[in-house]
Amino acid sequence: MLQTWLPYILAGIAVGGQYALIAIGYTMVYGILRLINFAHGDVFMWSGLIMVYLITVLPLWLSVILVIIFAIVLGTTIEKVAYRPLRSAPRMSIMISAIGVSYLLQNFALYITGGLTKTYPEISFLQKTVKIGSATTKMVTLITPVLTIVLVFLLVMLIRHTKIGMAMRAVSRDFETSSLMGIDINRVITVTFVIGCGLAAIGSVLYFSNYTGINPMSGAMPGLKAFVAAVFGGIGSVPGAVVGAFVIGVCENLIKGAGWTTFSDAFTFVLLIVILMVKPTGLFGEKNIDKV
Amino acid sequence: MKKILVLALSLVLAMLALAGCGGGGGSADGDVIKIGVFEPASGDNGAGGKQETLGIQYANEMQPTVTIGDKEYTVKLEIVDNESDNAKAVTAAQNLVSQNVSIVLGSYGSGVSIAAADVFADAGVPAIGVTCTNPQVTADCEQYFRICFLDPFQGTVLANYAWESGCKKAYCLSKLGDDYSVGLVNYFVEAFKGLGGEVVEEQFPDKNSDFTSYVANAKKAGCDVFFAPVSTEAAALIIDQAEAQSLGMPILAGDTWDSNVITEAAKGKNVDITVTTFYQEGGNPEFDEGIKAWMEENAEAKTNNGGNTDLAAVTAMGYDAYFVALEAMKAAGSTAPADILAALPSLEVSGLVCGDVSFNEVGDANKTEAFVKKCNTETGSWEFLKTQSAD
Amino acid sequence: MATTLNKKTKSALSVAAIALFLVLVYLGDIVIPAGSSWKMLITVIEKGSIYALVAASMNLLNGFTGLFSLGQAGFMLIGAYTYAIFTIPAASHDTVYQYFEGGVIKWSIVEALEGSLGVFGHYLGMLIPMLGAGLIVAVIAFLIGIPVLRLKSDYLAIATLGFAEILRAFFQWNTLGPVTNGSNVLRKYTTYGNAVFPVLIAGICIAIILLLINSTYGRAFRAIRDDEIAAEAMGINLFKHKEISFVISSFFAGISGALLAMFQTTINATPFNTVMTYEILLIVVIGGIGSITGSVIGAFLFTAASEWWLRGLDAGRWLGISASFMRPGFRKVVFAVLIMLIVLFYSRGIMGDKEFSWDRFIGWWKNLPSNLRAWPERRKAKAAAKREAKAAAAAAKARAKEAKDASDAKKASGEALFTPLPVSDTVMVFDKEGK
Repeated sequence: MLQTWLPYILAGIAVGGQYALIAIGYTMVYGILRLINFAHGDVFMWSGLIMVYLITVLPLWLSVILVIIFAIVLGTTIEKVAYRPLRSAPRMSIMISAIGVSYLLQNFALYITGGLTKTYPEISFLQKTVKIGSATTKMVTLITPVLTIVLVFLLVMLIRHTKIGMAMRAVSRDFETSSLMGIDINRVITVTFVIGCGLAAIGSVLYFSNYTGINPMSGAMPGLKAFVAAVFGGIGSVPGAVVGAFVIGVCENLIKGAGWTTFSDAFTFVLLIVILMVKPTGLFGEKNIDKV
Repeated sequence: MKKILVLALSLVLAMLALAGCGGGGGSADGDVIKIGVFEPASGDNGAGGKQETLGIQYANEMQPTVTIGDKEYTVKLEIVDNESDNAKAVTAAQNLVSQNVSIVLGSYGSGVSIAAADVFADAGVPAIGVTCTNPQVTADCEQYFRICFLDPFQGTVLANYAWESGCKKAYCLSKLGDDYSVGLVNYFVEAFKGLGGEVVEEQFPDKNSDFTSYVANAKKAGCDVFFAPVSTEAAALIIDQAEAQSLGMPILAGDTWDSNVITEAAKGKNVDITVTTFYQEGGNPEFDEGIKAWMEENAEAKTNNGGNTDLAAVTAMGYDAYFVALEAMKAAGSTAPADILAALPSLEVSGLVCGDVSFNEVGDANKTEAFVKKCNTETGSWEFLKTQSAD
Repeated sequence: MATTLNKKTKSALSVAAIALFLVLVYLGDIVIPAGSSWKMLITVIEKGSIYALVAASMNLLNGFTGLFSLGQAGFMLIGAYTYAIFTIPAASHDTVYQYFEGGVIKWSIVEALEGSLGVFGHYLGMLIPMLGAGLIVAVIAFLIGIPVLRLKSDYLAIATLGFAEILRAFFQWNTLGPVTNGSNVLRKYTTYGNAVFPVLIAGICIAIILLLINSTYGRAFRAIRDDEIAAEAMGINLFKHKEISFVISSFFAGISGALLAMFQTTINATPFNTVMTYEILLIVVIGGIGSITGSVIGAFLFTAASEWWLRGLDAGRWLGISASFMRPGFRKVVFAVLIMLIVLFYSRGIMGDKEFSWDRFIGWWKNLPSNLRAWPERRKAKAAAKREAKAAAAAAKARAKEAKDASDAKKASGEALFTPLPVSDTVMVFDKEGK
């Protein structure tokens, strides 16, 4: 039994870990700005794309570092240019701005790549084939969950035990009061975007090493799924997003394995709607009280 | 600031409006004949569409004029991007028609051709399908012709080939909402079952890039052959996963896979890929050398071909399509779309690189053989296996 | 703005303008030859009016009721399929449903009515499935609305988006193939002959939306948008009104889906994805959230720009400029940048939340010459004001610096900056928490 399902579970855990790294960006930004950052999936796609171009001139380690820096710069720039001026505007405007940015990033990628799928550079130690029991898979499948859990552990430590982490928690609890308390809101938001985009960039290295084609729409589906994972785990909660991502990754692959391939993407959204109906705050979310 | 921006925006829009309207005057030139190129340059089939367009552009470079009656015309290509999207294809086709093209070539990918067929029909502009193999393209459409073989034929050929190679159970993968792969799989399944084979059919959704489970499913079901006639974009990912999971069965595909994208992806990997196609590289050395030299000189063409000069079958087909169009104009003795349309059914063209072309009563080319090629993963090139017919 | 017209004149003007437009479109479609570049104008008007309808329906939801829904493409999909399935001529079923033995529905409403009622039956046969498309979408929207509309703004957005994605997978499901034709396109169904048809239908639907907005329901919708809790306190049944708005909006989205099916002549579920919804949303934003006229103008501009005016950017020559960076895809980049500029610097869109009115139009027209004449003056005045503001800011900065210097000096001299509050009975000192 396990023998037959092992490849699916392995694939699910791997893709789950990659979703988790994207989902953290969604959940943290939502926790603080109450904004679904629709452009996050495209930042992820762009990190992959930049890697394709960088690796042609630079060594691997340097490219990876530059990709992470690029994602961080891109993310924070988006925040400064497209979200900050609208902070006092209605929530719908800022969400529309996010959709606009996503549209722009996709179309710009379309122009740069000429609409062709780019092949991700081969990182040989990640793409090495390994054998586990009856299943053969890529090394990245095994590395992803471990790396994800380590990174999430570090992030949780940061949020719990550092000053900036405390500021983040305060801002996500109450935006206005914390600004009155002298917390530099802009700094907190910038740090949030730095962490979110940095993790998305790491996620892109893992994800595209596994699924080696990048086109302008590559970020859209993983982005949406990661967001659903964040909702599933309780938006604003980092461990919740990670659990949600693993659940979605594994379920999606099991569904494909069961022969329901047509509905493998639709399933994610069914899960989303079910969780929104049954427990809108997600698995680990805090109850949100509306004030008049 | 805001006011200036608004002003600038409205100025730009006003200029655009003028530009849009002004375009009409230019087409009056009597010595120019326009051929519309209706191909995807982006989206799922962007890579293939660009390669097909290359063939047409190369042909145009080789033969930039045509003598109709006793007047020499310069041929001008009007290229439009149909974005591999059935919804965008309609306005893209409309755009070609509005530029007063005499004939249209394209498209790579059957869905967009089916979607645009009515636009060409309404305008009375003849269209020549280059590599759209779904039967629906020409069925019930007087204006659409094509120079390639059809899916019922190709599906049968592939099924015969698989059966003759000793495969008893086939895994068939197609893409949701894609007329080409769904249609071809359908005919393959029909023929393969007819031979006594067994099939497992699955479909993957749009924008999917995770083929792990599909490869695992094929292994789990104990199939002997993995039939996946999907776009080259998905193909590269499938090959990658097949290698990662040691698929252990041959991969079989249709004409779309005859592309350097595939050879590139398969190079150095432990996979076994066989395709059926329109053109056998090396079949016409003069053409091969000529187009390779042209791509070498023309940096943009080389980029559009995927960064090297390896030839794709669709490029050769695009080249042929251009000459079929010229022959049709010569036969019609006129540049009017209606006259060309009238001349097409009885047209017979020989001396083409992918074999002679004549049309049957539906408007499809009479083709009875397909080339079977196998990917040499060591050198990253195609090796000719044999020609296969449907019977 | 001094001029006001009486109601009768205004209605007469509106009717005359609309009638003139319809006649022009009708004649335009007949007169303009297929090879003329002006034919694109007709195409733009057709597609633009269809998008205008769906944008108006989305605006009803997003702009007037404050419900941020992203399900429009999914509803259009159902509308398009419903219309197409019931109007494919019997003779074409075998070719269209080639993999499903001709499908299960082997008749066409158009043909059935044509047989008994002639030309009138032909149009009735088109209208009935179109209305049916709207109604089926409305029923589905009603069902979806029951759970979804209780969600807060952004959760609602993502849930409706999710439903649209599920619907898409459902329509491509092979098991439903005998009805939906699975992954293959539906075609050969009845379409309109003249461009005036979609314009007329879309116009009527938009007029109904306008009437609705100006009714008591419309006022209730706006009350919900502005403040849900206050609206509830005023006795507006929140859920009921949200549901009404959602269902009506979806109904019109369904109709526009049917029109889009006719425009495209073939239909397939793939293009009805999130990108399509985003495009509709961007049209609403360009036109102005909360203005139906804005949505209509936005739809025409958006379609014209993306399908016609900017196409030259892809081909490498545009407005006489040719450059090597203008290659396929450049059009969309320019377009996306334009949209971002609108979103960021002109977020009210073209019309803000105002509707077109003859009074304002006439006032604007009358004042146009004087406004144009006054423009340089005004610019000068503005520049002067800017300079003044700059000077004032500089002065304030200098003053602040002075004050700071003074306080620093004071600090240095040991003088207290604040006089401490006297601790007396009138000042309460709170204990620290937890003591």
